[in-house]
Amino acid sequence: MATSERMILNIGPQHPSTHGVLRLVVELEGETVVKVTPHIGYLHRAIEKLCETKTYHQCIPLTDRLDYLAPLSNNLGYVLAVEKLLGLEVPRRAQYLRVLMAELTRISSHLIWLGTHAMDVGAISVFLYTFRERETTYDLFELAHGARMNVSYMRVGGLARDIPPEFTARLKAFMAEFTARMDEYETLLTKNRIWLNRTRGVGCLSGADAVALGVSGPNLRASGVDWDIRRAAPYSAYDEFDFRVAVGQNGDVYDRYLVRLTEMRESLKIVRQAFEGLPDGPVMVDDPKVAFPPKERLSEDMESLIHHFKLVSEGFSPPEGEVYSSIEAPKGELGFYVVSDGGPNPYRIKVRPPSFVNLQALPKMAEGRLIADLVAIVGSIDIVLGEVDR
Amino acid sequence: MGPTEKKATELLKERFGEAAVMEVKEFRDEVTVVVRGGFIAEMARILRDEPELEYNFLSDLCGVDWPGRPERFEVVYNLYSMRHKSRLRLKVRLPESDPTVPTVSDVWPTANWHERETYDLFGIRFVGHPDLRRILNPDDFEVFPYRKDFPIR
Repeated sequence: MATSERMILNIGPQHPSTHGVLRLVVELEGETVVKVTPHIGYLHRAIEKLCETKTYHQCIPLTDRLDYLAPLSNNLGYVLAVEKLLGLEVPRRAQYLRVLMAELTRISSHLIWLGTHAMDVGAISVFLYTFRERETTYDLFELAHGARMNVSYMRVGGLARDIPPEFTARLKAFMAEFTARMDEYETLLTKNRIWLNRTRGVGCLSGADAVALGVSGPNLRASGVDWDIRRAAPYSAYDEFDFRVAVGQNGDVYDRYLVRLTEMRESLKIVRQAFEGLPDGPVMVDDPKVAFPPKERLSEDMESLIHHFKLVSEGFSPPEGEVYSSIEAPKGELGFYVVSDGGPNPYRIKVRPPSFVNLQALPKMAEGRLIADLVAIVGSIDIVLGEVDR
Repeated sequence: MGPTEKKATELLKERFGEAAVMEVKEFRDEVTVVVRGGFIAEMARILRDEPELEYNFLSDLCGVDWPGRPERFEVVYNLYSMRHKSRLRLKVRLPESDPTVPTVSDVWPTANWHERETYDLFGIRFVGHPDLRRILNPDDFEVFPYRKDFPIR
């Protein structure tokens, strides 16, 4: 009589296919995954607790370090929450530029996901293609914000500064070529037999399970649930843009791929609309209580210097209260729950990280499948441990 | 207050009595309902299943520490109803001497990890949770680092 013996396999926390410091303890029967237990926390830096010692502005650089592949989305989620707490309305030009940056970030984040995910499954060349365009988006960020990765571009009340003139030409060049680039990726994968065999029908998650497990973003939509916060509760002028929400049917690895690919094309459409319809005007709210004076005034005008100094050293104090505000980040619902006790430091900040919640669905998708599928499934969830562990 | 949130607060008061719904607050168009901890799981089930409400998505669950208050800890539930596009915040307050509250992980399975995190960081225990282990910190950790009396240096 055949006997079955279970093997415990430890994957990570240092392993290329876990996309960071994720550790998985896998129980195997032959090649079949019987149980998978994620262990997280290796990148826990207590960012939320650190925020309690900072002023509201000083928290912005910390948000860059949550999902470090989409820092501008984190900036946006955070400043929107603080602005809601303050009851602040941001100038329209800033709203449009925020959308433009957030959508470029979505493209950039999805490009990294596509490159690394395809590499996990064995299609190494895709990585080289996607990193080329990802580099272009980082060049754009560098032009606008001075930094490539941890940009801290947004401010409570608007943006650190307007985009420079060179940005326009570079963005136009990117918009002109990106659709063709997308077609290239699709040529490599969409009808590739190996890709189809490795991804179709793998890691299925039903819509009902996805909702119950709190899954959001492309993972949820791939399971056929049409929920996109940009559409359901538009923020930052998203209701003024025309775009399609990509929804899948089967909730497998392949549908997650298709949804993210469509999303990149739609993001490009939004970027184009935001760029062409970009209103004139300031990018910072006219409210000295929260807005920094223009940088160039600091060396000329004593009042501005004092104003700047006071805002940096003391910050501002929103009224006592609490808000929850969320955005559609590249990975799903990114929420910020901010509690104010009326002081200059946030009393409590809780980040609702999409990666943390989405990762919880891994056992549901992977148990009963082969060990090789587990790698494809982890890649398809698109986690960033900076955000899972905070 | 939108019609769905209004219905939710009325229904909770009607089913559980005024004493179980201790406070209804509105701030920046967001509704917070403070309820008695012991009822949270039954309330969660009603909020999820009642067709007029259908809060099917638990966006977030977290703890807040208020040392010095008679009931030191808060557990905050941020709910969302996809059908009615409505957000609602539930909150329970727990005393320092007995920071326990029934789990909602059987109503919204997503609460599993959120509750583990809240236990890990604040030491709040969720009764009936299937696997209440620490999640971000090591298992042999002895402190609850997000409590306000845990120093940050």
